[in-house]
Amino acid sequence: MDKVYLDYAATTPLDSEVLTQMLPFFCDNYGNPSSVHYFGQIAEGAVENARESILRLLDAKGYELVFTSGGTESDNLALRGIVNSQNNDRNEFDLIISPVEHPAIDRTANSLEARENRKINKLRVDKYGMVEIDDLTSRLTPGVSLVSVIYANNEIGTINPVEKIAKECSKRGVLFHTDAVQAAAHLKISLTNSNISLFSIGAHKFYGPKGVGALIKKKGVDIIPHNSGGGQENGIRGGTHNVPGIVGFQRAFEKLDEKRDILFKKNMLLRDLIIENVLRTIPDTYLTGHPTERLPNHASFVFDGVKGNDLVIALDMAGFAVSSGSACKVGNPAPSEVLLAIGIPDNLALGALRITVGNKTSQEDVTRFLAVLPKTVSNLRKSK
Amino acid sequence: MVECKNVVVAMSGGVDSSVAAALMVENGYNVTGLMLKLWTSECDHEANACCTPESISLAREVATQLGFPFYVIDTKEVFKQVVVDHFIQASQQGRTPNPCYLCNQKIRWGFLLDKATTLGADFLVTGHYGQIKKDTENHFHLFKANDPKKDQSYVLSGLNQEQLSKTLFPLGKYLKSEVRDLADSYSLRVARKPDSQDLCFVGSHGYRSFLNSIGSETAINGLIRNQDGVVLGEHTGLTNFTIGQRKGILSGFKDPLYVLKKDMDKNELIVGGSDLLNFTGITFSEANWIAGTVPDLNQNFDIKVRYKANPVNVRIVAIDEKSFRADFEYPIRDATPGQIAVIYLNNEVIGSGIIETVLCEGI
Repeated sequence: MDKVYLDYAATTPLDSEVLTQMLPFFCDNYGNPSSVHYFGQIAEGAVENARESILRLLDAKGYELVFTSGGTESDNLALRGIVNSQNNDRNEFDLIISPVEHPAIDRTANSLEARENRKINKLRVDKYGMVEIDDLTSRLTPGVSLVSVIYANNEIGTINPVEKIAKECSKRGVLFHTDAVQAAAHLKISLTNSNISLFSIGAHKFYGPKGVGALIKKKGVDIIPHNSGGGQENGIRGGTHNVPGIVGFQRAFEKLDEKRDILFKKNMLLRDLIIENVLRTIPDTYLTGHPTERLPNHASFVFDGVKGNDLVIALDMAGFAVSSGSACKVGNPAPSEVLLAIGIPDNLALGALRITVGNKTSQEDVTRFLAVLPKTVSNLRKSK
Repeated sequence: MVECKNVVVAMSGGVDSSVAAALMVENGYNVTGLMLKLWTSECDHEANACCTPESISLAREVATQLGFPFYVIDTKEVFKQVVVDHFIQASQQGRTPNPCYLCNQKIRWGFLLDKATTLGADFLVTGHYGQIKKDTENHFHLFKANDPKKDQSYVLSGLNQEQLSKTLFPLGKYLKSEVRDLADSYSLRVARKPDSQDLCFVGSHGYRSFLNSIGSETAINGLIRNQDGVVLGEHTGLTNFTIGQRKGILSGFKDPLYVLKKDMDKNELIVGGSDLLNFTGITFSEANWIAGTVPDLNQNFDIKVRYKANPVNVRIVAIDEKSFRADFEYPIRDATPGQIAVIYLNNEVIGSGIIETVLCEGI
């Protein structure tokens, strides 16, 4: 029987029409956008067209877009680019982040703290992993350089009240960044009237190619480049443009915009089917993340008495590709910091499972999965 | 049509387990690769320490090439408790333990076999050189491998009927050279990877250095005496020595000196000439009889007292249910408490136990 892919939050299959749009930019229109000649002009035209289209789809008047290699690079560029533009001898916090960030933010913040002596502060979150506005405002002084809060969490799916957070930052003149890598694949986002200063996005979460993304920032927000080179992207991000990737990014985002509402509803039906069924059929199981304010395709749980890694292996062998909270391929399971931050105890946090659906997931796939999961969990519980 | 059996192959990133996996794939089994992430004192990149990221990626590469899924299983906690702590403790008692025997018995055919069974596997497959045969009464027998130089029946001798019934050793009938050729024929990049030599968990500097690094209590200097009690010099710590050892004792004597005995109470090393290394027998405990019951002891068995020892003819008598005495046909020189005594009848492994005492006439 065919294997069933239920890990769309990790990555998605490239849309075949997107691939068709990308192909000419490998062998035919292979020019370097920085070149003066016509080959270069065609490539440059494609890059600029993509830039404009993506900004338009995000309703991002007054913003500019820096193409990057993906969400992680965008997050690095935002954090390092803003924090390093400030003096390092102040008494204020350089950076405030939530405790439920993707490692691209969390580890970058750690690195800024450890290697560059920056002061980092972490917010509190509630039991769903949502930032509390009161907690934010109590820490927010005008001298803070940057606040970064994940838009929608990759592990537990919770959507943060990003605009409220951004508004509090803006009131105090503090820049606000959000990692919207998961969110942008599902939610219709409009930046024009928002208080978001910087916004990270990656194409492979919405049926685009891997290795391409963007940092979108308000005009006038200055960042220090961390990839010096030939002056591409206004000198902010040196390096020859990934032209086929950028074209694919654009086309995937356009297609997402056309199909977003339909996909959203379809995903949400399957998600709710999974959540309802799992909680009903498997004892000692808890939903992680917010019950309703969550990504439409995202179901995540912790199972008492099961190791998430074992569960993922057993399910993979049964033909279902899912993920555990702490993605671990080298056999070092540690409880996920996100789950610990929302108050889940260590032993329970090791029993995490994430199921994320997408465009190719059928109701039959989900039904088959739900028929196998309870048996798999009870087998693993028995074997202890 | 034969039902497609599910097997878990224990992968190490080395040539043997890789070829074992390839043979299973070729024979139509539904293969899943698992690698145990074992405890290590230093997880460095030295070749042949089977925990390293390099070994993991080699095994992953083999799995991808042969087209089966591969997973790494964290085993550090149980491996540390069951194997490493025992190794340290036994060493501190002056014994020379065999962690591979224990690891096979309790980790590979304990923790890993359980995991494989839970995941739906019918058999656990390893790249060990040994052979299992089932008789007409559904009893399982363990035999030496066809390649006498690579035979690993010594470290497999702790297995029981239940464990053997769920195990396949596809390499048992091959010579190592044939296995390397098979690896070539499957275009496995690990074909010419050198064999692993030392214990997997002690790191790149060997097990004595490992014991010293963990602050083994007995690694303190003491006296070296001969069998008459005459002081000949000083030793660097009893854990640095094993019975029959010649290296690192004293030089300048007319005849080479060998470790005869370790006196743990006095922290003294008793040494003497090779003529005094005459062990006439051993006692062993925690006996494991492959058949599940004590065999008819009124037979001429062979015994191996070390992995690389030559077998010697032996008579065995029971001391109690789990302890036995073995008297060698002629004295041998390298029997050591803590090592495994493995009993053979021709090429078949009959059982094994842990050497408790060595019997000798000299001292």
